[in-house]
Amino acid sequence: MKRWWLWIGLALISLLLVGVVYAQGGEVTKDDINRVAKQLYCPVCENTPLDVCETQACADWREQIGELLAAGYSDQEVINYFTERYGDRVRALPRQAGFALWVWILPVVGTLAGIGIMIQLFRRWMGRRTVATATIPVEPSPVRASSDLPEDYVARLERELREWE
Amino acid sequence: MIPDVGYLAMVTALVGAVYATIASLYGFFKGEERWVNSARHATMTLAPLLGLSSLTLIYALVVGDFQLKYVATTSSRDMPLFLKVTALWGGQNGSLLFWSFLMASFTFIVMLRRWDEDRELLPHVIFVTAGTLVFFVGLTTFVANPFEKLSFIPPDGQGLNPLLRHPGMVAHPPTLYLGYVGFVIPYAFAMAALVTRRTDPHWIRVTRRWTLAAWLFLSLGLLLGGRWAYDVLGWGGYWAWDPVENAAFMPWLTGTAFLHSVMIQEKRGMLKVWNMVLIILTYGLVIFGTFITRSGVISSVHSFAQSAVGPLFFSFIAVTAVASVATLLRRLDDLKSENRLDALLSREAAFLLNNMLFITLTFSVFIGTISPMVSELVTGEKITVGPPWFDRVTAPQFALLLALMGIAPLMAWRKTAAQRLGRSLWWPFLIAVVVVIGLFLRGVHSWGALLGFLLVTFVGVTTLWEYVRGVIARRRARGEPWLVAFWRLAGRNRRRYGGYIVHLGVVCMALGIIGTEFFQQDTEGTLRPGESLEIGGFRTVYRTLRTYPGPGDLIVTEATVEIYQGDQLLKTVHPKREFYQNTQQTMTIPALRSTMAEDVYVLLTGWESGGATATFRVYINPLVNWLWLGGLIFVVGTLVAGWPDFEAERRMVMPRLTIAPQQV
Repeated sequence: MKRWWLWIGLALISLLLVGVVYAQGGEVTKDDINRVAKQLYCPVCENTPLDVCETQACADWREQIGELLAAGYSDQEVINYFTERYGDRVRALPRQAGFALWVWILPVVGTLAGIGIMIQLFRRWMGRRTVATATIPVEPSPVRASSDLPEDYVARLERELREWE
Repeated sequence: MIPDVGYLAMVTALVGAVYATIASLYGFFKGEERWVNSARHATMTLAPLLGLSSLTLIYALVVGDFQLKYVATTSSRDMPLFLKVTALWGGQNGSLLFWSFLMASFTFIVMLRRWDEDRELLPHVIFVTAGTLVFFVGLTTFVANPFEKLSFIPPDGQGLNPLLRHPGMVAHPPTLYLGYVGFVIPYAFAMAALVTRRTDPHWIRVTRRWTLAAWLFLSLGLLLGGRWAYDVLGWGGYWAWDPVENAAFMPWLTGTAFLHSVMIQEKRGMLKVWNMVLIILTYGLVIFGTFITRSGVISSVHSFAQSAVGPLFFSFIAVTAVASVATLLRRLDDLKSENRLDALLSREAAFLLNNMLFITLTFSVFIGTISPMVSELVTGEKITVGPPWFDRVTAPQFALLLALMGIAPLMAWRKTAAQRLGRSLWWPFLIAVVVVIGLFLRGVHSWGALLGFLLVTFVGVTTLWEYVRGVIARRRARGEPWLVAFWRLAGRNRRRYGGYIVHLGVVCMALGIIGTEFFQQDTEGTLRPGESLEIGGFRTVYRTLRTYPGPGDLIVTEATVEIYQGDQLLKTVHPKREFYQNTQQTMTIPALRSTMAEDVYVLLTGWESGGATATFRVYINPLVNWLWLGGLIFVVGTLVAGWPDFEAERRMVMPRLTIAPQQV
């Protein structure tokens, strides 16, 4: 027992390693699995997320996710693992590359086109102001048969009514 | 024997529809009234014929005439009566016949109306409605025949897909179909108006109730579908951005835009081209929606070519789209705006923005829906576009629409002074900010959720105030009690206040959606009896498990779970799994404990050794019942907006006749 400090050192290091292993894997809960499975789609069923799919195949895949998580894979690494094996269709969110990039670009393009069309229309419609419109002129009629309301009050009334609707 | 009668009736209807289409066109070109009249009568025979046809199919389903292929695939001896009847729309062929019957019925009603004021529109309305029927009844006669016979008689049928064996199956498809079919009528009138150059708002006025009814049914169909999914499909939610869901949602979006946009044409003679575009889009999307629901084309391109239905639908949509757009382009000059835009801060501008937002939203949903199919065509590999994509892309657009919904009703026609608008908006905005600060302090830190709550409060307050303001004015003028004033106000101006009620419904629905989208929690775990799962402050304790046979081939496994909050037992629920032996299909039916604050949603996902352990998944869905409540308010509001006001309409018509003759 001459080099007692060596033994203690080894013991400490082992404890440390054990601690590291525990920190990495630990207990993988069903919730952890679902967290990842939610971001994946069943590779064979139609439009079914992996966390709700009830087939045996999906149950197996969920178990596989659990194994990968326990082995220290991060969420994104698990997703990549599945994508490599089963193709892009397992990703709920399309990649931002390849064909799938269009899926992201097109709505933006569409919105920009929409804004552009709107600006054009506004310009065109506001540019030419017509003189003759279908609205009723404002001046109150000079003949007021039975009204005993003051004229300016009536004018204000009509102005505000027009503004209303 | 009886189904043969049904087949004959269906074929006769096809012949009648073909005749009506040709006769109406011939009568129009020759200018001969009697051909158009004949076409009208022929069109009116279609509803009774297709009704008879549908009835014989229902008879075959109820009685169990399994020699009919359709009955063999959708019905079975052990199904309850109501399910046998609903099997009419449970499979492709039957549902196409049902669609045709609904279309024919609506057309029948349209043929009955007084055509004195717009006789020239009749031939074209007949052409479009009968033409659409030619397509659908042609499909059911040649390609998707519900009366097709097998060469032998099976002893029993396969029965309806277990997913469809619930009361939600009764209401959801018919209401959705009524919505689809209802939109064909305004489309027919729009096309008639274009061709005959009667592009004044007349066609809008006469189809206003049709549009509202179609829109109501479509909204109801979507709501019922969501509720059915939530109650029965067992994945904790109500909307999955599934292609079939999207196919029903897109015509709703363009239909909503159309519903609003036509108001501008009525009031100011503007946005005429927009209205045509919107109704043409809605019609196309309605056909597309029917097609997607019935074929699996979006899921897999391969199923597209398996039956002729796919390519035929596709061709029909293409042909009608080209014809509609061509007609529109030819008559573009007739659709010039009568008025100009006076200011950016005006109701007209707000409606234009509204149209734009709905269209870009529809476009985004469309891209997401067809991309899997297109990617398979182009790259050979299919991608999935799931809810995370849709949420990300549509959320900003929905937020903008919600904001617009609050501001636009406060804008005046032609021009609103910015100060005036500001004066009406600053205090609701302040209230909303205060609410958001409060929520932030209570722990809500998600920016998206905070923005959502801000908008919901803002729009809710402004819309509510518009209504209350009217009630106050009425009370001041007439001294009515609150409730009476409330009721009479809506009664006097149904379009306006019905609209406000609908908007309030939307606000409540938005609240429910924000709650579930941002704050849903879930947990899953395996329990022994007495053990529990904890989530969101609730504790779900597993007690017992039992298995028992249900009707027919059904086996039910049911768990008893107690839901606690703290030490208080809130409710005992029974989540279960239904197993259908014939088709080897399982359904996971959730058990709910519902309050306005949240739903505790419990699913039984597995078990071992007869219940020694059982696995549960528990969701907490905050605010979800605001969604359903909002839906109810929405429906009420639409009814208020559309309810006929015979007295007011008479008043509206009379003055027009007494004032000096104007061009109509």
